Amino acid sequence: MNQWQGKLISLDNYRWQIPQDYKEGMNVPGIIYANQEMLSSICKEQTPEQVANVASLPGIVKYALAMPDIHWGYGFPIGGVAATNLANGVISPGGVGYDINCGVRMLCTNLHENDVRPRIQQLINELYNNVPSGLGSTGKIKLSQKELKDLMVEGAHWAVKMGMGSNDDLEATEEKGCLKGADPEKVSDKAVKRGIPQMGTLGSGNHFLEIQSVKEIFDAHAASIMGINEIEQVVILIHTGSRGFGHQICTDHLHIMEKAVAQYNLALPDRQLACAPITSREGKDYMAAMACAANYAWVNRQCITHWTRESFSKVFGRSAEELEISQIYDVAHNIAKIEKHIVNGQSLQLCVHRKGATRSFPPGHEDIPQRYKEIGQPVLIPGDMGSCSFIAVGTERAMGETFGSTCHGAGRVLSRSAAKRNIKGEDVLHEMQNRNITVRTGDISSLAEEASLAYKDINSVIDVVHQSGISRKVARTVPLGVIKG
Amino acid sequence: MVKRDFEVLDHTADIGIVAYGATIKQLFANAALGLFDLITDTSSIEPKIEHQIEMHDSDNESLLVAWLNELIYLLDAEQLLFKNFEIKTLSKGHLKATCKGEKFDSTKHRIKREVKAATYYMMKITADRHGYKTSIIFDI
Repeated sequence: MNQWQGKLISLDNYRWQIPQDYKEGMNVPGIIYANQEMLSSICKEQTPEQVANVASLPGIVKYALAMPDIHWGYGFPIGGVAATNLANGVISPGGVGYDINCGVRMLCTNLHENDVRPRIQQLINELYNNVPSGLGSTGKIKLSQKELKDLMVEGAHWAVKMGMGSNDDLEATEEKGCLKGADPEKVSDKAVKRGIPQMGTLGSGNHFLEIQSVKEIFDAHAASIMGINEIEQVVILIHTGSRGFGHQICTDHLHIMEKAVAQYNLALPDRQLACAPITSREGKDYMAAMACAANYAWVNRQCITHWTRESFSKVFGRSAEELEISQIYDVAHNIAKIEKHIVNGQSLQLCVHRKGATRSFPPGHEDIPQRYKEIGQPVLIPGDMGSCSFIAVGTERAMGETFGSTCHGAGRVLSRSAAKRNIKGEDVLHEMQNRNITVRTGDISSLAEEASLAYKDINSVIDVVHQSGISRKVARTVPLGVIKG
Repeated sequence: MVKRDFEVLDHTADIGIVAYGATIKQLFANAALGLFDLITDTSSIEPKIEHQIEMHDSDNESLLVAWLNELIYLLDAEQLLFKNFEIKTLSKGHLKATCKGEKFDSTKHRIKREVKAATYYMMKITADRHGYKTSIIFDI
């Protein structure tokens, strides 16, 4: 791909504007959050052009946004945020992504790194056997069609009802693990057939389960409210989504929206931005189906949480309660939600698309759990496999500037094939072993696709969101053990 | 000039293929073969079962995306791997095909990667005197 040649105006050290007159059809300007060094890799892929394209969506308000982990995506860039006015705006499946409610969940334990190190291989093996992962993995939960339909509506509550979690888990999940408005009638038979065998699986690609140790605490007070009290305390990070179920829903509705674009006479610069008015039948149907996939993903992460607790309990011979395995939070980073935001002094109902972006609501916000009202919503930002991850909190600045959003990860810079050409899976494995990280994967060659060299440096991504004030870092964690799907 | 049936294409976020065909029917068959080549070693698939696919769409590009997505769906939902594709009808947005393959068996098939969707990105079927050609990027 050619280097992007458009105009970027520096607003400050971390904000870069694509002016509205850059391209005909833009309804608002674009803003990219990045530092100077990141810009060259961002521009390498025509990604800013995608931000400009998103800026031309009907009903988009204020600006099309890109987080520092931005990279090229289908139509919408990954790391993109776009808010459209409920009254006259559109909703686009491409603005959510294929893996609907791909997200991250973090669990806290009362274990110290010294407790875990001697048993790490046993722990990773137990988790690997307990949590189905990898290519073509199918779940150990045998769902009936009726059960699948129930969980589409109930979300994580369904899993708790089945004994796989607690109300505290739900309380510490975005939307309490249930996005309202889900309607299984809007989900195709194909999605149902793909969804049934894959419930309770980690999947493949960049999905993983990591046992981590807290290495740095930047805000001791916020960390303690989350249950993190000391350096080298052990936490667990789960990264997965709605599997083939969400993909099928995205595929089905992109197809429907393709036709809607012509029907509603929408002018779009890219076919993959296919969308429909939020209030149209097509728009509402997608919202209802997307909610089903979002709920499926929350059930998936809830089941994996349950098996994680069981695995720890078995290896340590103590109950999950004794090990105090409690949920810090669960965030969605591929989703569209109806939210209230202040735009030019006016309170508006908006459809906020976050594709590879995390909600970052401030202290006091009505949608965050009571326990976090004082510090803001926990934001979980995984780095690339084997590097480090961050825990942050949401801020007022995010609310005012980014519709309460921040980054979601490191962001890819090398293609999967280019990564494989540059490094072998075995070398990635050895390199991680040298750093004392225990790895289990069904497919060693795929480790190369997720190697650190394929990603931006997570530290600079975090630096941009922290310095620009759209989230505030609380702690940094490093992996002790990794299960890569 | 003899062209290959398909080539693997590099792409930052995901992966794709360039498919060729002397006829449009062959292009569709080669695109499907390219898809399964991304997923597994197609020489390990035996043509034990036959599956009929019939679908309609507005144009050839949409039909090609829908055809590949149907095959991805059959793999995910029914664990079917295919290697032989006979396109019986392909005109005016109507496709009829017979696919031969077998059910996924973990003892004989190694899955190289999970392909989750065929996308419209870079999808444009072009024709010259050698035949037809298109790129297809997959979400993985």
